[in-house]
Amino acid sequence: MALPSASDSALARLAGVSHRYGDVLALDRLDLEVREGEVLAVLGPNGAGKTTAVSLLLGTLTLQTGAARVFGSAPDAAEVRLRRGAMLQVSGVPETLTVGEHLALFRAYYPSPLPTERLLEMAGLQELRDRRFGKLSGGQKQRVMFALALAGNPELVFLDEPTAGLDLDGRRRLWDEIRGLKAAGRTAVLTTHYLEEADALADRIAVIHRGRLIAEGSPEEIKSRTAGRVVRCVTTISTETARSFPEAAGAEMKGQHLEVVTAEPEAVLRRMFALDPELGDLTVAGVGLEEAFLALTGDGAEPEGEA
Amino acid sequence: MTVDTARHGLLWHLRIALLETRFQFLSSLRLPAFAVPTLLFPLFFYFFFAVLFQAGGPSLTGPTYMLATYGVFGVLAPSIFGFGVGLAQERDTGALLLKRTTPMPTAAYLFARVGTAAIFGAVVVLLLFLLAGFAAGVELHRGQWFSLAGVVLAAALPFSAVGLAIGAWAKQQAAVAVVNLVFIAMSVLSGLWFPISMLPGFLQDFANVFPAYHLGQLALRTIDLDLGRPLWFHLALLAGQTAVCLAVAAAGFRRFSGR
Repeated sequence: MALPSASDSALARLAGVSHRYGDVLALDRLDLEVREGEVLAVLGPNGAGKTTAVSLLLGTLTLQTGAARVFGSAPDAAEVRLRRGAMLQVSGVPETLTVGEHLALFRAYYPSPLPTERLLEMAGLQELRDRRFGKLSGGQKQRVMFALALAGNPELVFLDEPTAGLDLDGRRRLWDEIRGLKAAGRTAVLTTHYLEEADALADRIAVIHRGRLIAEGSPEEIKSRTAGRVVRCVTTISTETARSFPEAAGAEMKGQHLEVVTAEPEAVLRRMFALDPELGDLTVAGVGLEEAFLALTGDGAEPEGEA
Repeated sequence: MTVDTARHGLLWHLRIALLETRFQFLSSLRLPAFAVPTLLFPLFFYFFFAVLFQAGGPSLTGPTYMLATYGVFGVLAPSIFGFGVGLAQERDTGALLLKRTTPMPTAAYLFARVGTAAIFGAVVVLLLFLLAGFAAGVELHRGQWFSLAGVVLAAALPFSAVGLAIGAWAKQQAAVAVVNLVFIAMSVLSGLWFPISMLPGFLQDFANVFPAYHLGQLALRTIDLDLGRPLWFHLALLAGQTAVCLAVAAAGFRRFSGR
């Protein structure tokens, strides 16, 4: 096939895209590129502009400024729709139809759809084929939406916050299914506000904050640029001592607890146990995404510095 | 290659339109809150007003007259509720947005909704005819039965346009209220529940703004019980009203697709 202007490996691209909702600037000169065969995670806090970016690439939102191309064409072109699948964030399908009926309808839209059995298997829905959509659990509904996104055997799949609202088990199941996409050689774009999710699934992460691309790279690169982990415990170790640990990026008291931010929690814990074997109420958690974004946007500097 | 095979022909469009209709119909049929009143209300009302009470008196040959107006009423419900409430609901849940990302032709979706309304309408009309013929003693020529059924089923189109205009603008909760209001007000004021001649004069004039009035008159015309206005008059107003509804609906969709 000869599609003009698709000379590079980008299957989809936003270039210099800005988007306003009234007074709110949702996207601010955003550049985003989806490369063939990759799983790209678009990571950002709520309201960062992730869904707006995806909607522009799906053509469900009208482009205001900049350029959007998918397979070298306009995002809502008929031939683009045939080669692309989507799982949207707020989405249900009529509740009185069964899983199998929904699949039959969506398969009919495409010239060479995936076999129904295969779709059921990929989404883990074999037992639920004859169940009405309205009778499914939240996780099962998400898996149906996932299967519908794949019905046309798409080359490119958009998954907008696919695990939003799912419990841990539901999230893990969907993760497995998304990993299956990659194994099948498909290109996927996934939006999420969990660094953990982006890390678990993506080849490449694009971090969006306030409508701008603020970081881009492999999960390892992105993780190393975020502050890492928070070690939290009740201890006699002072804040000053904790700050003097070479592995500590920072430390402060939160009520009775000392919190130490570090990229190497194991080393910090060894030092702390050496100083205070009696330390208690210990937790080690990922840095909240907001803090991680501050680390990225602030370029390592203190966010509340003078201008 | 893939792109060329996908330049789908008429057959592909037709296949999708029929599948959409099939599933739209199944989905509606399995929704008791939609299917039961849609199928039973016109029959119940017809039986109550036309057969039991003979409203309008013998001069209007009650059961025959009301067969036409309740037939139109029977198609009004599935059209206006299917489009008005069903569309608003699919928009709120995001089902419509999802379909817009697929290759589904918009025409197939609209076809399915009108088609579903027409199927429900056809069932209602058949049951009404049976009730009228066997229980109410209505006698018509064979041609009259068919032309009446034809006019009544064609009403699905303009009524769908009314529903589309509401569904394109109102949120689901509001749509239920608005559709109910329009449905009942238009039925009564267009003379679908009881003969228009029983309304005061100014209301009879006002009825001209409702598509249901003109469809009622066109249905009555097939059995020579209309008020005698020329055919073009009703058709022209109906066409105008439908065009206005479609324009209102199109504006609603443009707003929805985000500036």
